[in-house]
Amino acid sequence: MSMRLIWEIREIYIIQNDNCYQLQIFLIRGGNLMRFDIIKPISEDQHYRILDIDGKIINEKDLPNLTDEQLLYLYRTMLFSRTIDEKVLSYQRQGRMLTYAPNIGQEAAQVGSAYAMEKDDWLVPAFRELGAWLVRGVPLKNILLYWYGNEWGSHFPEGVKVLPISVPISSQLQHAAGIGIANNIKGEKNVVVTYVGDGGTSEGDFHEAINFAAVFNAPVIFIIQNNQYAISTRRAIQTKSETLAQKAIAYGIPGILVDGNDIFAMYSATKEAIDRARNGGGPTLIEAYTYRLGSHTTSDDPTLYRENEEVEQWKKKDPILRFKKYLLSKNLITEEWDDNLKEELEKIVTTTFEEIENKSDTEIDDIFKYHYEKMPPQLEEQLKEYKEFLEGGK
Amino acid sequence: MANVLNIVQAINQALEIEMENDPTVVVYGEDVGLEGGVFRVTAGLQKKFGKDRVFDTPLAESAIVGTAVGMAINGLKPVVELQFMGFSYPAFNQIISHVARMRNRSRGRYNLPMVIRAPYGGGIRALEHHSESTEAIYAHIPGIKVVIPSTPYDAKGLLIAAIRDPDPVLFLEPKRIYRAFKQEVPEEAYELPIGKAKIVEEGEDVTIITWGAMVRDVQKASEMVKEKGIYPEIIDLRTISPMDRETFVESVKKTGRAIVVHEAPKSFGAGAEIIAVINEKAFLYLEAPPTRITGFDTTFPLPRGEKHYIPSPERIAKTIEDVVKF
Repeated sequence: MSMRLIWEIREIYIIQNDNCYQLQIFLIRGGNLMRFDIIKPISEDQHYRILDIDGKIINEKDLPNLTDEQLLYLYRTMLFSRTIDEKVLSYQRQGRMLTYAPNIGQEAAQVGSAYAMEKDDWLVPAFRELGAWLVRGVPLKNILLYWYGNEWGSHFPEGVKVLPISVPISSQLQHAAGIGIANNIKGEKNVVVTYVGDGGTSEGDFHEAINFAAVFNAPVIFIIQNNQYAISTRRAIQTKSETLAQKAIAYGIPGILVDGNDIFAMYSATKEAIDRARNGGGPTLIEAYTYRLGSHTTSDDPTLYRENEEVEQWKKKDPILRFKKYLLSKNLITEEWDDNLKEELEKIVTTTFEEIENKSDTEIDDIFKYHYEKMPPQLEEQLKEYKEFLEGGK
Repeated sequence: MANVLNIVQAINQALEIEMENDPTVVVYGEDVGLEGGVFRVTAGLQKKFGKDRVFDTPLAESAIVGTAVGMAINGLKPVVELQFMGFSYPAFNQIISHVARMRNRSRGRYNLPMVIRAPYGGGIRALEHHSESTEAIYAHIPGIKVVIPSTPYDAKGLLIAAIRDPDPVLFLEPKRIYRAFKQEVPEEAYELPIGKAKIVEEGEDVTIITWGAMVRDVQKASEMVKEKGIYPEIIDLRTISPMDRETFVESVKKTGRAIVVHEAPKSFGAGAEIIAVINEKAFLYLEAPPTRITGFDTTFPLPRGEKHYIPSPERIAKTIEDVVKF
């Protein structure tokens, strides 16, 4: 058997990224250079993490410098998100609310990342970002009104730079890229934070949006909430990549795999990405490794596709529980304080829901009025005919 | 010196004027910057306005339209180019799910002042996917406007109106007549109203409703039948959606006969909508069944067959005679 030298090894590098180890081998033949990359993901206990599941700080140097007041705000907002979910789910079971997509288990991924934003920054959500909406000032009344089935829920007050819920998976990422590119064109310093799920990484729009943002160096933070399931489909069926964060490598942008149930890690990783973007460093891809403790929406039955044991394991990593342990250990809160807070938040939801329940049916005119600045004659005619029908005329 | 332009030049001038007038107007798409687009419609704009406002993008139609949504929300007026209408479908989700809906979804909080330009229609001996006329697909979607010019004068005035429109406009350019003829066009900016048809030729005997490149073919057919004493009234719809129903309904009330001519397939096309409106609004004035002359319900043929597909002036003239004799 004769052996022929085809490629000669020229250089080898081992790089440690935030989310993986990367072995780069440069080969040469004639004048041609070729690069091989072997990527070994970091295991779950090596995700970027500051607060462990027992509520202990394991990465003191990265612990964000937040005041007690700020810590309590974060906790309150996470608990508010959880409370809203629980209340709405109970309304839904009572037939008082329509389909709902709960966020339970993902509070740290949302609240931590959104809290790293500045006043002027943009939030471009998918549809499971309750925690982020609350941080960014979307009124609870809007949120409930949306899920109650009225478009006015998506009419956020002036000054709230949050886009409406986007249901078609990943399509919102394009809008985030566009807002970011526009910032560069206008010379504005604000940044964009946008969210997608693990399933959304399989869509073409995921690729196109990150690619555009990278090519045009747009200040956009793409956060994948990897909650392990797209309805019933497991993460492993979405991609052969070992991690979702490593997809950043192909776009030539930084990527980081974060413990999505760690409020401090989510805040800190997003803050770093935002600071970089604001200073002209372009986009970042963040994989928030988390778990959807509830259903996809109220129309789905998770017991069909996952074992209860798995859910129980993840309950131990509950982001609120973990943060609470930390706050208790710091004597910033007590169990009694927590109980009172929970009660207070429940009351807010009850009162706000009372404001909309049974008085939020859509005005007929509103169905027609907002398709164009001025209603075309066709629409005017259809509206008029329908009203005449209702009035028992024609 | 008179400003005599073809459609390509008229569109280019409209873009240049609006970019000068309004610093928020940006132009981008595949090959539109350095090269000035495959049809050179955007030629010279990058040189004049710089790479921040006129730029080439990665090859991704969904992102071209999707980023325009974000830009429009963030205070710019993007005018994006899709290289051919046949390549607009990767962007269809963005157009139908977001471009058309953002104003209604947010109850007026966000409107999208944006234009999507695309060359459309056949007759240029092109490869597959380069000859389609799928305006009806887009006209069916509430929330966007679909505009099709047929002359340099109209192209300039309608595009300026589209850029200034607070709502999204799909601006389809009949590429078969991009350079077919020139016309004197005012040098300054002017707007033609979107949603308003134009009576190209007045006549008494039959109303012909058409648009885009077919307008010229209908005019040729009209010359043929005039020799036989038939005088058609030709209406250039100019906007497919929202459609100017009043102009053609009034005309049909006068002539009692209606023919729709379009290049797109017959079934479920814009012609069907026009005839439905005529039946609703002018039924008792009709002296003959409203008729369509269109492309076939087939895929647009490759170049060796396209002459059979696009309705010819002869075919149109024959139908006019049949309808008048009915």
